[in-house]
Amino acid sequence: MKFTDVILQTSTKILVFIILTFSIYVMFAGHHNPGGGFIGGLITASALILLYIAFDVKTVHEIIPVDFKIVGALGVLIALLTGIGSMVLGYPFLSQTFAYKTLPLFGKTELATAVIFDLGVYMAVVGTTMTIILSIGEDE
Amino acid sequence: METFITIIAGVLFTIGTYLILSKGLVRIILGLSLFTHGVHMLLMAVNGLKKGGAPLLGEGTDVYTDPLPQALILTSIVISFALTAFSLVLGYRTYVELGTDDLEQLKGDPNE
Amino acid sequence: MSWLHLAVLTPFLFTLVVPLLNKNIRRIHTGWFVLAVPLLLFIYFLGHFPLDPTMAPVIHSIPWIPSLDIHFTLYLDGLALLLLLIITGIGTLVVLYSIYYMSMEREALHNFYVYLLLFMGAMLGIVLSDNLLVLYVFWETTSVSSFLLIAYWYQRSRSRYGAQKSMLITVSGGFSMLFGFILLYTMTGTFSVRELIGMSGQIAEHALFIPAMLLILLGAFTKSAQFPFHIWLPDAMEAPTPISAYLHSATMVKAGVYLVARLTPIFGGSMEWFWIITIFGVITLFWGSFMAIRQNDLKALLAYSTISQLGLIMSLLGIGSAALNANFSDQAILFSGATLAAVFHLFNHSIFKGCLFMVIGILDHETGTRDIRKLGGLMSIMPISFTLTVIGGLSMAGLPPFSGFLSKEMFFTGMLTAARNMDQWVMLLPVVAWIASVLTFVYCLILVFKTFTGKFQPERLDKAPHEAPIGMLISPGVLAVLVIVFFFFPNLLSLSLLEPAMHSIMPNLLAPGERFDVHISAFHGFNTELLMTFGIILLGTTLYVYLKRWSGIYDTLPRKYTLNNAYDGGLTGLERMSLKFTSTYMTGFLHNYLSYIFVVMICLTAGTLLSQGAFTIDLSTNSSIEWFEFVLGISVIIAAVFMVFSRSRMTSIIAVGSIGYMVSLFFVIFRAPDLALTQLVVETITTALFLLCFYYLPKMKKELTRLRFKLSNLLISLGVGITLTLIGLSVQGHNLFESISRYFENSYELAGAKNIVNSLLVDFRAFDTMLEIVVLFAAGIGVYNLIKLRENRRNN
Repeated sequence: MKFTDVILQTSTKILVFIILTFSIYVMFAGHHNPGGGFIGGLITASALILLYIAFDVKTVHEIIPVDFKIVGALGVLIALLTGIGSMVLGYPFLSQTFAYKTLPLFGKTELATAVIFDLGVYMAVVGTTMTIILSIGEDE
Repeated sequence: METFITIIAGVLFTIGTYLILSKGLVRIILGLSLFTHGVHMLLMAVNGLKKGGAPLLGEGTDVYTDPLPQALILTSIVISFALTAFSLVLGYRTYVELGTDDLEQLKGDPNE
Repeated sequence: MSWLHLAVLTPFLFTLVVPLLNKNIRRIHTGWFVLAVPLLLFIYFLGHFPLDPTMAPVIHSIPWIPSLDIHFTLYLDGLALLLLLIITGIGTLVVLYSIYYMSMEREALHNFYVYLLLFMGAMLGIVLSDNLLVLYVFWETTSVSSFLLIAYWYQRSRSRYGAQKSMLITVSGGFSMLFGFILLYTMTGTFSVRELIGMSGQIAEHALFIPAMLLILLGAFTKSAQFPFHIWLPDAMEAPTPISAYLHSATMVKAGVYLVARLTPIFGGSMEWFWIITIFGVITLFWGSFMAIRQNDLKALLAYSTISQLGLIMSLLGIGSAALNANFSDQAILFSGATLAAVFHLFNHSIFKGCLFMVIGILDHETGTRDIRKLGGLMSIMPISFTLTVIGGLSMAGLPPFSGFLSKEMFFTGMLTAARNMDQWVMLLPVVAWIASVLTFVYCLILVFKTFTGKFQPERLDKAPHEAPIGMLISPGVLAVLVIVFFFFPNLLSLSLLEPAMHSIMPNLLAPGERFDVHISAFHGFNTELLMTFGIILLGTTLYVYLKRWSGIYDTLPRKYTLNNAYDGGLTGLERMSLKFTSTYMTGFLHNYLSYIFVVMICLTAGTLLSQGAFTIDLSTNSSIEWFEFVLGISVIIAAVFMVFSRSRMTSIIAVGSIGYMVSLFFVIFRAPDLALTQLVVETITTALFLLCFYYLPKMKKELTRLRFKLSNLLISLGVGITLTLIGLSVQGHNLFESISRYFENSYELAGAKNIVNSLLVDFRAFDTMLEIVVLFAAGIGVYNLIKLRENRRNN
């Protein structure tokens, strides 16, 4: 894939950040509003795909030197570990819990282990989607 | 409304099945997509439509639509995405390697 | 977890260490480490000896699958202890022997010892299990480990053939045994042997009594190589000799005998049990000894002799079971003597046969052959091996002063008891038994004299023979010493080990506190038994001397119609049939397979629902429909129909994408914001995927197909569509029970989340989600491999 479309590249530079910010918002908003790890992950992936379309694979890889297979595997691992964590504490596999804590800056905040699990989902989705797209994209 | 949606799902099933039964790989993959859409529509319709607000407690309505099928469909959407991606790549690799996408030609040697 | 459980699990746990030891400590033979396991277990079990039968047996239980009444209950009584000592005792000697037999440089020792320990643990499990299903699991584990050990030299086709044969025969027997156990469960509602024994009266009157008994006996007979299932044992001799000594003579083949003994309190009272076991035992006894004489391979000779001896023990257990029969309650004590003989001979056989196998292993090791025709005159070259063979062989032949003589005499007593107390033609039993014993005597002489006396033929041997290293002689030597010790002091065993074992086989025969009279002595005066022994020696020697004159009768046996040919023919026939059957429907064409699935689905679901009159359509609960919803729906239908006729990839991809976007609009209408969002993004990415592959995707050409093909496809797809639509319509308005979804509306209290769908995904049903991302990730890795692996291959 090699395009040199100035309009696309310029607008992508701005758009990607908007989409990425939005995706992270959606991911964390998922606890109370529409959103969550799946949607957040997919939106992030689509932002990255836009980046890869606007520039070429090599350039983007220099900016984001991440192996997405590892991101996906880490996501699955995080999700699994939250499950095992509850087992270590004597609850059934994948029991989630939550608590309200007062944090500096945020004030009273709800902390839920479910969000950590969702983060795992998010990473797995981003990693997998990007692995698939990049594998095809890089194929000769 | 439910009847209408069920019939749409039925049409999607019929056409999906027809495409799945054809010989070309691309058609089969497209057929699978249609079939998935049909299942999602059917699940929604069976549950009853327009029975209440979106399943968000922040909305503050009294009656919510059933969240359970929604959770199931969400799972299904992602799985079918994975399935489509995999079969798509499988199909395209098959074509590149073997030079045909006709399943009748792809069937193995009977003595194998 | 008790010490007893730990004892059973020790060999299994040790298997984990063996490969590491073998890999990291190259200089020491792995066998030395493994030796510790059976030795420690032997010492541990020896601590339970002598077991007082009046004392309550040792029972330990761990619930395993309590909902299915499966408990890992271990139960140590006299019978179990007898076998435990054999398993661990001979196990120790076999491992010691194998250290010298298995070359450290050439052999895959880690495999060997892992399989061996696997077997040992499973065998301990069989003997100690109280729960029949747990016993079954261990039973099959011995079959599997035996398979692995027979095929240890898997490069040889004979090994693979023997392994497969033993596996098929013993596992199918085990399978029928499992059915028998399940029948017992349906009769009584328990898998526990102890509880079953308590209910034996109730079981005996049940209609399923005979089927259960037959099925279980099939398992025991296949395992203990009873006629006509014995054919796997000679082929199992392809295993390394330590294995033949251990599994295929001393322990595993005794599992069937053990099972019969263990279940005697449940089934023993019936005449069927008595007849089946006795007759099969006697036939096996005769056939084994008859065939042993013909063998040229020493191990094959021993294999047939093992079959014969197993038949002997089996027939004794059959006769002994008459003690539990109400018809013979007066002679119960007389019949129980047969059980004592069975238990005693089981013990003796393990000892002398183990010794003989090890000596044959030495011969094989030192001369490079086991063929009787090539051996001879080794007496002066290998004097110690010769002595050991004489002791083992004459013990097997039933001569004094060896322990085999004692149990052989008791065997005749048992047979004569049966003949004297039953109908006329039972008189045949001692006659057949006597003939078989004569033949046994003959093959024992062949074993001893054809190998060690006569002409020495060094030119026909691969190696120059010499006496084996001392380490190899220790194990058979110990066993040979025991053979003599137990002749002179049989009562070392009788009250401490044999009597408790009899108690386990016949628990209710005696009043509590009473003990069986088990005084064993070598000489009872000039009775029939002694005369029979004299007869055996006379006739046996004559037959041995004139062996060449009468061995012609073996040529009269049919060559074509043998059991082995029946087995081989059955196997190839089965393969051919299944190949034929499979090839009729496995065409390799995806379209056919999918058609089967769809047609079956239509027939099953639509057929069932039609026959039950389930298609009742009630549309009264329908909600209203707006004009834009109608337009949207029609657009979906149009786009879908368009796809059937589309000839271009591009338009097809756009059509399927637009359907996806319209579906996500429907999700908005259905108040499912999460779904709408996800569908929207997924559709975008999927379309991007399609476009990425676009250049490579095959062109969608007009399918040149016959009209019939299209019509049948149309018919199937219409069937699928209509069936599913009808189901969907019928389901509406049928709320059989309250939806569980109300529960999830407490998600804020339960999970601290206001988005119910998300809390369902990450909290209430997080397990689903976790597996889902695993699937997703697997698909991603699959795609990656599909593309990258080919590149790697090309680069190479």
